[in-house]
Amino acid sequence: MRELTFAEATREAMEEEMARDPTVFLWGEDIAKQGGVFGQFRGLAERFGLERVRDTPISEATLVGMTLGAALAGARPVFDLHFADFLGIVMDEVANQIAKIRYMSGGQLKVPLVIRAPDGAVRSAGPHHSQSLEAWVTHVPGLAVVAPSTPADAKGLLKAAIRSDDPVLFFEHKALYPRKGPVPDGEYLVPLGKARVAREGKDVTLISYSMTLWKCLEAADRLSTDGVACEVVDLRTLVPLDWDLVLDSVSRTRRAVVAHEAWRFGGFGAEVAATLTERLWDRLLAPVGRVGARGVPIPFSPPLERYVIPQTEDIVAKVREVLGERPRGASAAARLGDGGRQAPGGPQAGRGTGGEGRAPSGD
Amino acid sequence: MPRGRGEGLRRTLQKVRRRRDLATVDALGLYRTMVRIRRFEERVEQLFLAGKLPGFVHLSIGQEAVPAGVCAHLRPDDYVTSTHRGHGHALAKGTDPAAMMAELYGKRTGSCRGKGGSMHIFDARLGMLGANGIVCAGVPIAAGAALAARLLGQDRVAVAFLGDGAVARGPFHESLNLASLWKLPVVFVVEQNAFASTTRYEEAHAFASVAEFVRGYGVASHRVDGNDVEAVYRAAGDLVDRARSGEGPGLLEAVTYRLRGHYVGDPQRYRTREEVEQAQARDPVRRWREVLRSRGVPEEVLEAVEREEEERVEAAVRFAEESPLPEPEEALEDLVSDPGFAGWERTYRA
Repeated sequence: MRELTFAEATREAMEEEMARDPTVFLWGEDIAKQGGVFGQFRGLAERFGLERVRDTPISEATLVGMTLGAALAGARPVFDLHFADFLGIVMDEVANQIAKIRYMSGGQLKVPLVIRAPDGAVRSAGPHHSQSLEAWVTHVPGLAVVAPSTPADAKGLLKAAIRSDDPVLFFEHKALYPRKGPVPDGEYLVPLGKARVAREGKDVTLISYSMTLWKCLEAADRLSTDGVACEVVDLRTLVPLDWDLVLDSVSRTRRAVVAHEAWRFGGFGAEVAATLTERLWDRLLAPVGRVGARGVPIPFSPPLERYVIPQTEDIVAKVREVLGERPRGASAAARLGDGGRQAPGGPQAGRGTGGEGRAPSGD
Repeated sequence: MPRGRGEGLRRTLQKVRRRRDLATVDALGLYRTMVRIRRFEERVEQLFLAGKLPGFVHLSIGQEAVPAGVCAHLRPDDYVTSTHRGHGHALAKGTDPAAMMAELYGKRTGSCRGKGGSMHIFDARLGMLGANGIVCAGVPIAAGAALAARLLGQDRVAVAFLGDGAVARGPFHESLNLASLWKLPVVFVVEQNAFASTTRYEEAHAFASVAEFVRGYGVASHRVDGNDVEAVYRAAGDLVDRARSGEGPGLLEAVTYRLRGHYVGDPQRYRTREEVEQAQARDPVRRWREVLRSRGVPEEVLEAVEREEEERVEAAVRFAEESPLPEPEEALEDLVSDPGFAGWERTYRA
């Protein structure tokens, strides 16, 4: 199968949908002449013209309101928010208008629009250009929320989002744009609301999406060398959520870890963990683990950023925790091949004693 | 209708029409719209005070000339966005008073099946894209509808009704800039009713005239006595025609006065009774009635209009009273449209 980057895959989705449906429009800052900050819109203005692919001024609140107005008036607009962090600027339009207008109207109106929101931390973009804010919008009923991890899914989901008659918030992790992956030839859609099993396993289910999915796969690789078989579930769409697949996986593995780059506290993982606990209490062998960013803004300096954002080793550590194989003694730590991060002070140290906060060399 | 009386009225009207430039049918149509809004809202006020209506209501009594004069120029497929004080805009656009009244009662037969209420009247078939609980939110929505109309090759226009309070918000200014930049077929109608909630216009704005201010954005504008329906009608006609013919957006500043409080029950500590009484003298409905009389429209014609509108509103109240309340579970309907999204319900209820 041919390989495309994530950015190219989304560009192809836009191009196909704009060619297919003349009511699809694309608006945003730096998208037409520049082709997007990440090259994800390159060539679209040349093909479809500066009316349909429109560079806008920095007026996000009004532009998102206009996106809604256009959707109500028979268009299928796609708005690029430039950075997900700018959700703060457009939150009234998103939460009070877009999410509610079909409901408030008693179902008279439909709202076929997509807001694309590049999110996540990459290359020290700092506190205003690094956030993962999906929990802000999953908390508001009426918004579909999509966060793909692969180029193939990005393309298929974006096409499905554009064709959806309901509003879609489409989060694209900035670190994913240059990543390559296989993308099928020809027309295909990935339906909203369907998760996928990215890796099969029997011991524990890792539930994730977007960039953190790749860290989960890496964690699964590492754990497999110790004989731990992780199942990795890529949610792909957070709302509507594919509970069937998630519940099925966790009821088989009986243990689960939810991981995302957004803040752990109040994050989407909390919703997943709470529901798993409610629904599978009798099946679970351990509390559902959660991995997410630490509770501070995403800092600038590389070591600070790396420390705040969840890393593969944090996922590995959390999996070990829910496996009940906390590093209580030398044997457990040795069997798990612990790199040390989970067991400060080394194999001999019990929890909470000695050497805290010191990452051993090699971490 | 008995043939005799109808014929008489029609002949009288034909005679009067020949004498005036604002055709008497238009003039009477404006009167009818204003009377409909006035009767509807007076009745809503009574019903609210009698405890019949849940929530709270914002009345536009005293401002009827603005929606009447503006919407007279709109086609059924033109777009309108409205405000929290939006009964008049919906009625002037043609929304069925019975469906609206039922919505105010929270009944299943309401315009929005009881999901929206007074502040959220929608009528998709008439391009009524919503009254709105957020001040200024309708302004970009109208601009977006106008942009879509143009991109889709239609000659529809969009009208955003807003109060002077919305002029203090950023999206108003962004919308004016974008509408002018992109020459959008949109008309912004500012109902300058002297108050944003309890704050006077002068206390909230650094400029005296919105119409004058927005010329800096390159937006064509008029400032008129918003209690003079003929002045509103003419100015709106100019701006709607310009917008429809591709000459770009317009703004109409209609200076009027909110005769009632911000909401029904407002203690109104921010103004005196005398001020309100003085403003009553400029009541736009009574004024237009007097103009019509002075132009030779017979009293019986005006009374017939008043009677019909009274009956229409009473029928609306009866319809609302007799309609059933929704079943509680209906609260879970209407969130999304895609039937493929059956997963939504279970997402939230897992």
